[in-house]
Amino acid sequence: MKRSPQRSVASGGPPGAGTWTGLALRLSPFPLLLLGLAACGQPHAESSLDPALFEDPPNLEYPDPGKLEVEPPPFSEGVFPCTDCHEPDLPVKGTPRKLTRAHQDIELHHGGENRWCLDCHSAVDFDKLHLAGGELIDFEESYRLCGQCHGDKYRDWRRGIHGRRSGHWDGEKTYLLCVHCHYSHAPAFKPLEPMPAPKPPVRTP
Amino acid sequence: MQTYKNFVGFVSGSLRIILRGGPLYWAWIVALLVMIGIGGYFYAEQLQHGLITTSMRDQCSWGLYIGNFTFLVGVAAAAVLLVVPAYVYHWGPIKEVAILGELLAVAAIAMCGLFVFVDIGHPERAWHLIPWFGRLNLPSSLLAWDVIVLNGYLVLNFVIVTYMLFRYFLGKKPNTSIFTPLVLFSIPCAIGIHTVTAFLYNGLPARPFWNTAILAPRFIASALCSGPAVLLVLMQILRRFTRFEIRDEAIWKIAELMAYFMGLNLFLLGAEVFKEYYSATEHLIHMQYMFTGVDGHTAIVPFMWLSVFCSIAAFLLFLIPATRRNVFTLNLGCLLIYLGVYLEKGMGLVIPGMTPDTLGEIYEYFPSRSEIAISAGIFSVGFLLFTLMVKVATPIMLGEFRARSAETGGA
Amino acid sequence: MSGCMTISRRDFMCAVAGCAAAASCSEPTHTPFFRDHLHELDEKQIEQLVADLEADYKDQYGVDIEVGTQGPREGVQFAYALDISRCIGCRRCVHACVEENNQSRDPEVQWIRVLEMDKARGIDFAHANAYYEAEKVPRDGHFYLPVACQHCADPPCVKSCPVNATWKEPDGIVVIDYDWCIGCRCCVSSCPYGARHFNWAEPEIPAEDINPKTHLLGNRPRHKGVVEKCTFCIQRTREGLYPACVEVCPVGARKFGNLLDPLSEIREVLRSKRIFVLKTELETHPRFFYFYGV
Repeated sequence: MKRSPQRSVASGGPPGAGTWTGLALRLSPFPLLLLGLAACGQPHAESSLDPALFEDPPNLEYPDPGKLEVEPPPFSEGVFPCTDCHEPDLPVKGTPRKLTRAHQDIELHHGGENRWCLDCHSAVDFDKLHLAGGELIDFEESYRLCGQCHGDKYRDWRRGIHGRRSGHWDGEKTYLLCVHCHYSHAPAFKPLEPMPAPKPPVRTP
Repeated sequence: MQTYKNFVGFVSGSLRIILRGGPLYWAWIVALLVMIGIGGYFYAEQLQHGLITTSMRDQCSWGLYIGNFTFLVGVAAAAVLLVVPAYVYHWGPIKEVAILGELLAVAAIAMCGLFVFVDIGHPERAWHLIPWFGRLNLPSSLLAWDVIVLNGYLVLNFVIVTYMLFRYFLGKKPNTSIFTPLVLFSIPCAIGIHTVTAFLYNGLPARPFWNTAILAPRFIASALCSGPAVLLVLMQILRRFTRFEIRDEAIWKIAELMAYFMGLNLFLLGAEVFKEYYSATEHLIHMQYMFTGVDGHTAIVPFMWLSVFCSIAAFLLFLIPATRRNVFTLNLGCLLIYLGVYLEKGMGLVIPGMTPDTLGEIYEYFPSRSEIAISAGIFSVGFLLFTLMVKVATPIMLGEFRARSAETGGA
Repeated sequence: MSGCMTISRRDFMCAVAGCAAAASCSEPTHTPFFRDHLHELDEKQIEQLVADLEADYKDQYGVDIEVGTQGPREGVQFAYALDISRCIGCRRCVHACVEENNQSRDPEVQWIRVLEMDKARGIDFAHANAYYEAEKVPRDGHFYLPVACQHCADPPCVKSCPVNATWKEPDGIVVIDYDWCIGCRCCVSSCPYGARHFNWAEPEIPAEDINPKTHLLGNRPRHKGVVEKCTFCIQRTREGLYPACVEVCPVGARKFGNLLDPLSEIREVLRSKRIFVLKTELETHPRFFYFYGV
């Protein structure tokens, strides 16, 4: 059989198991009939997963999070840039309180009583967020902020096993930001309306 | 040359015999042809619309067709196994009994082939199953094995009966050095075809109901009840309408053996019932679906109890000497056995094996009108084939239909 | 098998073509009535086959459908992982799959089945429900287990197929040759995951809903009487794309990649999460892993 691994389905040869050769290989040292069954009864050791798949290979390097391709942040209509309203001379009040002049729609359900606006939003530059150490970051990098508390999720997300990725499994992919799925002020995932259920089979009379 | 002439005479004579018969014979033939016509009509519909005309769905993807197939493999196997006691006990006309068994086997296997044929979605691709032309997945696929053993068995039996009848036709005895080994060889083959057919189900661990070691023994035990039931009735008919001499003792002996096999069959069923109900694992649900229904799904429950009732009643009728010797209760027993095993194989094997399906869904399969009509059509083809073969075979065995050379002293 | 054998076989089959042709008057006209097994065709014959198929689809749907033949890539073993602590049972994957893979709308064929299960029972198929209706999901007290082809390393379907119409490709995708399948449904019986679906009637797909980007062994439109199933979106994944269900999942529960690439999502799941497979006891060795992300 010709093999041209790159281009054609013709190269997809039949499986080893299920052919005479496959069975004959397993059976070769034995009388056919009895041992045929014995061969079928092998617990398929060769198909079990290699234990090495479960271990960190040495020098495993994940892509630098700074270079991640992300969708733009999902701002509500007309709120960004924040500095349109939060002009430099707008005074900053340093205490948590009920907002009355703007952002009344925001109800904070994130981290109980211990959180307030300026934990995340910068009062120095309202178009930025700030990390605990004081570093100012863009909204595109908000995942770094989230990652300060949610370290395990951040790690999983960076490695592609938390949240959705789109694009290529073997190349360029786009990440969603945390806030695409988790509204930052109330991050619990919102229930969705399910799509239609399958139709149960109907008997022909 | 002489053999060729004789063979032409054999064929043309056979045709004449087939076309000769009383009103009862013709009524029977016409009835069968009508049934075949109806089945053919529904099959044409099925070809046009697809298997949607059946009640099979993904959840229960085998049904009446494959149930009938399984039942008839049993009939084919058992018909030949009857040869064993015929030899062992030196009963009456051994050769007649053996030939009838072989003929029944040929008809039954032909029906098996037809049932598989109507069950597949692409009958025009059935040639993929022919060794050399198609591409049989050996050694791993059991259906591939089944195709081989069933066709081999068909050829074997066809060769045996043709050879024997042709020899009698020539007024000669079959050459025992050819004939006896072939007949003896057909006995393990008979067990083989039913075992491979059982393995077809047995080898599916995805379906725990079938994944039981006593499935093949159960198949053989039940087959050894249903196959002879057909022959017993036939032997009585032949005895009445022809000069066949079949002694009562032979019939009684077969009935007695059937009682033992039915006892074995019931015992194996009991073992299965115990295992499922006592251990009560998640696999129990299939047997529950069979005997009590699950969540109000009870479509096949009455049939299963009817099957158990028929089997037990027939067992008792054949076990008690007085009732197996009485013509009425003997034939009643045959009917009960046939019905009991037919329901057990035709419905009680396939449907509960697939209900609930592998993801736990219960879809209540029950054959559609079209499936029943097509199945009846196939049975009619089988009966027609069997009738015609017996019609030709009988006068040959009785020495009434002979080659001209044989009549003139074998020139 | 030798070429000589192939030719004599075709001659033989053509001789009996006449009787069988009557049975299939509604069938395609360009593709040959009799064809050899795909593994016996050379590249030229496959090219011809693809051209014939495309012409047939054009006749049937009036759409230009591209039938791809992209082969497996060296060093790639596909695997899938699904986070059942995230899945909310919204069935977006089911319907995205139907559209991507040209599944019949009527009668309905769906390669993915989302099972609703009771938290109190754990994974228990006997009490699973695929037909749940709800205003919003997830429903309290329930979790969701989507099931499709598990692309087993030891696939019982491949084992049971009497005519080699289904096989495992070198990159791990279990595929079906729809032109070779005889429709005996042995594979449906042997699949422990209900993943194989038979076309009980001629599939119906509105022409405007056809996905024209197809693969010979994947989502090209099927006819009645053959079995079909998930192919890991072979038409996408062999091009490097994620399967449609991965792209659509709103909770990112679905992970796909190359088992042999240490940086793939799949390997990360294997390393950092505890995985399980369905019906371990059957030793089918699925390449479809379930895991708990939290």
